[in-house]
Amino acid sequence: MNKEGSWSPYFSGALSGVVAIGSVWFVGKYFGASTSFVKSAGLIEKMFSPERIAQMPYFIKEIPAIDWQWMFVFGIAIGAFVAAMTSGTFQIKAIPDMWEARFGKPTGPRAVVAFIGGIIAMFGVRLADGCPSGHGLAGVSQLAVSGFVALACFFIGGMISANLLYKGGAKK
Amino acid sequence: MMTLLYGLITGILFGFLLQKGQVLRYDKQIGALRLQDMTILKFMLSHIAVAMVGIYFLYDLGIVKLSLKPMILGGVVVGGLIFGIGWGLLGYCPGTSLGALGEGRVDALWGIGGMLVGAGIYAEAYPYMLKTVLTWGNYGKITLPQVLGLNHWIVIFFLIFLTVSLFKWFEKKGL
Repeated sequence: MNKEGSWSPYFSGALSGVVAIGSVWFVGKYFGASTSFVKSAGLIEKMFSPERIAQMPYFIKEIPAIDWQWMFVFGIAIGAFVAAMTSGTFQIKAIPDMWEARFGKPTGPRAVVAFIGGIIAMFGVRLADGCPSGHGLAGVSQLAVSGFVALACFFIGGMISANLLYKGGAKK
Repeated sequence: MMTLLYGLITGILFGFLLQKGQVLRYDKQIGALRLQDMTILKFMLSHIAVAMVGIYFLYDLGIVKLSLKPMILGGVVVGGLIFGIGWGLLGYCPGTSLGALGEGRVDALWGIGGMLVGAGIYAEAYPYMLKTVLTWGNYGKITLPQVLGLNHWIVIFFLIFLTVSLFKWFEKKGL
């Protein structure tokens, strides 16, 4: 444990690998997160037009309901909150440090870029059928070819947009 | 009901470790994409190194089943690149956005909102994708050992060797 109350990423990563093994062993569930966004979107849309949702092929494939993964994703927020509170690193922050150093304090630009980034990211991740958890961690742990290829593409795409966004600015 | 409870407990443990490893920070995620800080890669590769040994050990004993996603070139490559571009803008992935919110990074809310909209848009586009992108190069549910024609333990040993070498290089370079 260092001065910031955090653990080495090697140690916490390895421990999370043990958690993943336990999950597969005892519950038969592999990690994943993005399907829960589909289920949530479906649950929200269902409130407005239930008949339409019932007929959409994607919501027939991914039935909008609270399931293991939805609770898993919800749990991540709780676990992070507990860890942040107990190690004194909880901080209400609307602008990340790196962003502020490059683009300043206004919250508008960060909100717009994050929102648009979110739309693009989720569209892509559903097309790829998995996120850095589902393809990256669970897929590669199973030595799935799709996991290795997806993880490489995630980083290539991310390097392109992050470097374009920060192009011309001071390093860090 | 028990399944839901297991999901919650597993998520809490995972979220706790993500926060402790500082993986949830925007600066760490974008830091990796700008090749300045490899924290998230250290976490991910450590997770994978441990999980692949455990999962294949239990698999050999017949205790667990694999749950492979198909290798569809169109979906995985095109979708993966699109996801990456969005990730570089947002600075959080689907799982870490919730965790970031948990540690008070409220800018993750914009991303979560965007991702819900993105999921809705994809649901509309799905029938079209099914006829186009998702038909390009479907190799089915394949693993690296199958493709290479090697025993999975040889592949795992090689990957761990590669991971450790990469970690040594990260530490040498101070990444």
